Amino acid sequence: MDITFEKVDYTYQANSPFEHKALDSMSFHLPTGSVTAIVGHTGSGKSTLIQHLNGLIRPTNGKVRIGDYVLEPKKKPKHAKALREKVGIVFQYPEHQLFEETVEKDIAFGPRNFGVPEQEIQKRVAESAQAVGLRADLLKRSPFELSGGQMRRVAIAGILAVRPRVLVLDEPTAGLDPRGQKEIMDMFYRIHQEQQLTTILVTHSMEDALAYADQVLVLDKGKKYMEGTPVEVFSQRQALQQVQLDVPEMFQFLLKASDRFGKPVAYQGQDVERLAEQLAALAGDPNE
Amino acid sequence: MNNLLIVGQYVPTNSIVHRMDPRVKMLIIFFYVIFIFFANNVISYSLFTLFALGSTILTKVPWRFIVKGLTPVWFLIVFTFILHLFVTREGSVLFNLFGLQIYSGALEQGAVISLRFFLLILLTSLLTLTTTPIEITDAVESLLGPLRRFKFPVHELALMMSISLRFIPTLLQETEKISNAQASRGVDFRTGPFRERVRAVIPLLVPLFVSAFKRAEELAMAMEARGYRGGEGRTKLRELRVVKRDVAALVCFIVIAAAALITRDYS
Ligand SMILES: Nc1ncnc2c1ncn2[C@@H]1O[C@H](COP(=O)(O)OP(=O)(O)OP(=O)(O)O)[C@@H](O)[C@H]1O
Ligand SMILES: [Mg+2]
Repeated sequence: MDITFEKVDYTYQANSPFEHKALDSMSFHLPTGSVTAIVGHTGSGKSTLIQHLNGLIRPTNGKVRIGDYVLEPKKKPKHAKALREKVGIVFQYPEHQLFEETVEKDIAFGPRNFGVPEQEIQKRVAESAQAVGLRADLLKRSPFELSGGQMRRVAIAGILAVRPRVLVLDEPTAGLDPRGQKEIMDMFYRIHQEQQLTTILVTHSMEDALAYADQVLVLDKGKKYMEGTPVEVFSQRQALQQVQLDVPEMFQFLLKASDRFGKPVAYQGQDVERLAEQLAALAGDPNE
Repeated sequence: MNNLLIVGQYVPTNSIVHRMDPRVKMLIIFFYVIFIFFANNVISYSLFTLFALGSTILTKVPWRFIVKGLTPVWFLIVFTFILHLFVTREGSVLFNLFGLQIYSGALEQGAVISLRFFLLILLTSLLTLTTTPIEITDAVESLLGPLRRFKFPVHELALMMSISLRFIPTLLQETEKISNAQASRGVDFRTGPFRERVRAVIPLLVPLFVSAFKRAEELAMAMEARGYRGGEGRTKLRELRVVKRDVAALVCFIVIAAAALITRDYS
């Protein structure tokens, strides 16, 4: 499903002393099947933006299109539930939403709400538990007995079991250990490709944005600050530093290497081996 | 979030009312609530009204915000008024409304009681609009201080109060987050048959309780780690002090209260 924002404003607590414009004239287009990373300093409006994607909030001004669904100010969307079935959101710390007696029931909660037949639910529970790497013997346990990382996987499985077409991830790896982070991100990427989803990833990790995204959207104080492919965006180190963002380690390293050897080494998506050869060529013949 | 009810919201405008000693504010409001019941003539009601409106202006909180914030209360006030119109049978009959006789006494009493109600709510909401929860707690602790002699756990009470006040916004935020998450999983909190809607509360309440307990435990641990030992020998970072503006406010109020007592028609 294509996603389009047209001049979207969003104001919290309008007409009060606490009025706060969290999104300001936001426009962009996310094509079907793409992975988009949304980055920005804390409070820049990322979470506000993604709450528009399944109609939890509606724009104060402007328009949001998600496939055939249109969200407009002051007009209650007619098929909010249908939209929520199509757009799955994994919120920050999704393990906080667990409540059922067993893992199995909690994963089944979403599909059941959307009226999926009972047999199909059983199938989906097993499938999504496997997709997130939960052992079958955990399914009968209480979700509150699990470790933090396992709880997160249960919560994610609960979203996947609804079989959304758009997957929205709000800092899905926050608070996990490095290995767990990589496992979860690789898992999302695999699912994205297998099910041909449209994925939106809110992240503070520039490395993840570089590794997984087709396009990067940089927000600052509710405005769109930059937009482009990861290479395009991360080549502009100074502009990013102005909004308290860093470039991925890879870019930092290459900048240092360029300084050291007095010659620019540009990253254009080449793999590590090719890069190593380029660097070796530079380093090997310093007098040239 | 909850835009409708302003009761309990703090609006930092740093006005003179904000800078007043919270104890003085609380005392004035406490006695205002008592003395307004002694008012029974035009003069005393005008004075009390003037006092409440004047204080509101001094807070510099926008009128629109206050008027909107009292929305649920407006409803009650109007309801009280209408109720009085229909049930009170005093004075002379003024006119007929759909076969019901409206008495002059009813009109008068309805107006007076609604006004009283409005003033009470207005002035009490000014307290929370202009005083931070911390200040309120400090004031309570200080005002209840004398009870310590009777082994009344004043400090503990104040601590409990400040912790609860501190966590109200946190819990509201948490509620919103969890309800967003569950709504995304297809829970419908707003429509559907009553039974369904009650059932929809479970996925909201369970995670809320879990996180509240977790928070409580973490807070207790953090307090212990920082050597908290109760109120004994504890000093304050912010000392409460009564200064000129507090005295001025008190004098103002005493004059009005006295006027209400003097002009009162005791017959
Ligand atoms: N419920 C709310 N009421 C009022 N203001 C809010 C509310 N939620 C968010 N805001 C404000 O809107 C702005 C954007 O918040 P948002 O949560 O979208 O930021 P974010 O980019 O997700 O930040 P983070 O990286 O910390 O998660 C912030 O300044 C925040 O204070
Ligand atoms: Mg956020």
